[in-house]
Amino acid sequence: MYQILEARELASSIYLFVVEAKRCAASCEPGQFVIVRTTEDGERIPLTICDYDRVAGTVTIVVQTIGASTLAMKGLKAGDAFHDFVGPLGKASEFIMEDAEELKKKKILFVAGGLGTAPVYPQVKWLHEKGVDVDVIVGAKTKDMVIMEEEMKAVAGNLYVTTDDGSYGRSGMVTKVIEDLYAEGKKYDVCVAIGPMIMMKFVCLLTKKLDLHTIVSMNPIMVDGTGMCGACRLTVGDEVKFACVDGPEFDGHLVNFDEAMKRQQMYKTVEGRAYLKEKEGDTHHGGCGVCGGDE
Amino acid sequence: MGVLEKVPVREQDPAVRATNFEEVCLGYNKEEAMEEASRCIGCKNAACVKGCPVSIDIPGFIGQVKEGNIEEAYKIISEASSLPAVCGRVCPQESQCEGKCIRGLKGDPISIGKLERFVADWAFENDVHPEPPKEKNGKKVAVIGSGPAGVTCAGDLAKLGYDVTVFEALHELGGVLVYGIPEFRLPKERVVRKEIENVKRLGVKFETNVVIGKSVTIDRLMEDEGFEAVFIGSGAGLPKFMGIPGENANGVFSANEYLTRSNLMKAFREESKTPIMRGKKVAVVGGGNVAMDAARTALRLGAEVHIVYRRSEAELPARVEEVHHAKEEGIIFDLLTNPVEILADENGWVCGIKCIKMELGEPDASGRRRPVEVAGSEFVIDVDAVIMSLGTSPNPLISSTTEGLEVNKWKCIVAEEDNGKTTKEGVYAGGDAVTGAATVILAMGAGRAGAKGIHEYLSDK
Repeated sequence: MYQILEARELASSIYLFVVEAKRCAASCEPGQFVIVRTTEDGERIPLTICDYDRVAGTVTIVVQTIGASTLAMKGLKAGDAFHDFVGPLGKASEFIMEDAEELKKKKILFVAGGLGTAPVYPQVKWLHEKGVDVDVIVGAKTKDMVIMEEEMKAVAGNLYVTTDDGSYGRSGMVTKVIEDLYAEGKKYDVCVAIGPMIMMKFVCLLTKKLDLHTIVSMNPIMVDGTGMCGACRLTVGDEVKFACVDGPEFDGHLVNFDEAMKRQQMYKTVEGRAYLKEKEGDTHHGGCGVCGGDE
Repeated sequence: MGVLEKVPVREQDPAVRATNFEEVCLGYNKEEAMEEASRCIGCKNAACVKGCPVSIDIPGFIGQVKEGNIEEAYKIISEASSLPAVCGRVCPQESQCEGKCIRGLKGDPISIGKLERFVADWAFENDVHPEPPKEKNGKKVAVIGSGPAGVTCAGDLAKLGYDVTVFEALHELGGVLVYGIPEFRLPKERVVRKEIENVKRLGVKFETNVVIGKSVTIDRLMEDEGFEAVFIGSGAGLPKFMGIPGENANGVFSANEYLTRSNLMKAFREESKTPIMRGKKVAVVGGGNVAMDAARTALRLGAEVHIVYRRSEAELPARVEEVHHAKEEGIIFDLLTNPVEILADENGWVCGIKCIKMELGEPDASGRRRPVEVAGSEFVIDVDAVIMSLGTSPNPLISSTTEGLEVNKWKCIVAEEDNGKTTKEGVYAGGDAVTGAATVILAMGAGRAGAKGIHEYLSDK
């Protein structure tokens, strides 16, 4: 069992947990992820690492409760525990192998969408601690969904917050902010974009035009997370890659997002049914138009 | 019944078992076991023992079964095997012990596997367990992986008095025994968990959720945590795909994924939180034991299942018993057939598999006749799911993070066969991580060899 030392609601249905996981805290790096099971019969859920403390032996994760399995995490509080917590998995971000002086010469832009703010944070923090200041764009649907703004402000060079509905910060999608920054005369050598696949796809379409090398973090369906099952396979360039062992970070200009998004839908209806069953008992039998129960 | 014929073993009716996940083979009762044991001649220089990768004293234990001394029989088996209830179920006895049995020259060989299984199950039911060691030597050994190689190595070392810790990447212990082999062939609660409990009784410690190479490296275990030797039994690795068009369509799975969802995550049960696709018509590509397991799982989940295999029946690498069971249950074999493309609908879901007919040509390097395409014979099988069961390639997690550990051109860890010694001092390896995908019993044999190698190394140190 892996003790939860802190639990907080960051925004509606977005929760942060600080978890005691000594081995993982000792060896994890920015860009890596963990797999968590809430209960003995729970699903294995991959989640990116949001922060870690080697001395305290803790790892911080952020979860959006959308499916039946993540919903089970909603009620967890400090003192509770996850049944399983394994990691770090995947490869660390490439820049951690680079020389800090070299990194300081580069103009780096981070683009975080929604929950993607959580995995962007440890990367920006790591660079900040090495004396590298980077620009960060954080996008959210609306004001209440902006997470970790204070934490990010403390480690980012310039922070640009934007909301889709204009209720806070700048107005519009993250791609609009990138365009605006370039119009304002900014220019970058590398971009790291993490968020929903659809966001990463459109960021990549834009940065290709801007000739801006872009790294994305892929979050496909996974089971074991160690390379054994191949559920997380993606087409990158003309190669098939496993996100869990070859990634999760890839050259965004080479990723086949359309295929990846289709693959992510694979269990949507099954998950939807499980979610509704949990929420409404056995009462839901179609009619919602999404669960497929009408068929 | 004559002495030339084996006592038949009771099985679930094929029509019934095709719809459930209960064990297919029901095993012998004591009476049947004693009758079958009485057919054993008790050879002095027994060929069957030479056919057994862990060298169980087969005539010895069968002699005890013959007399009805099942507890004594169990003690004899336990000297050589940590997993008798598993081996009795999944070993390819026909090509090992039973394949060498003198009785088999004229008539049926002794049903050694079924007798082993009976003895092990009897021990579970009667609370008979292997004896823990009387003395401990305090030397720490790390074992990576709780599958058949790791557990066997750990059990043997614990019996010799070592302080053994097994590290498992998944949340459940047993490796391929829990994620790979289905419930209907190897019950998890009733067999695998109990075998692991017995290894725990020997004093072996287990730590789950540790991915060696990620959570901690072998070098750290040896330098910081005081492990004097390490055995790597990390298993087979990454699933292979064919590299044909359409392979990333929705509804194409590796056998590893399909089986892991069903076996480890229990997706075959309605109440499981982990989803699995219950196809209407499923093609399983491949002809090994894993292909049979995936096919029979898909069948039980309600699908019409086709095995698509490019050679003929004689070349099927699966055990004869598995092929026989699959056929009895209604699996359709499309032999001399090779997929060339997977067809998907506009939403990206599998809607068919395009295949080409094959014929057998001259023997290839493996000695099997090489299948060659019959020009212009393409045809489509309408399916809504495809399961690829083409074997695996080694997982680089350990070899890429352990300094001085050599791999061969297939990226398998280089280890000596008779003692598991690798190119790195104090590090031993065995099982699929060394040989590529093989069988449970060969992995167990390698685990035994590794334990012997580690014992020699630490005794001399």
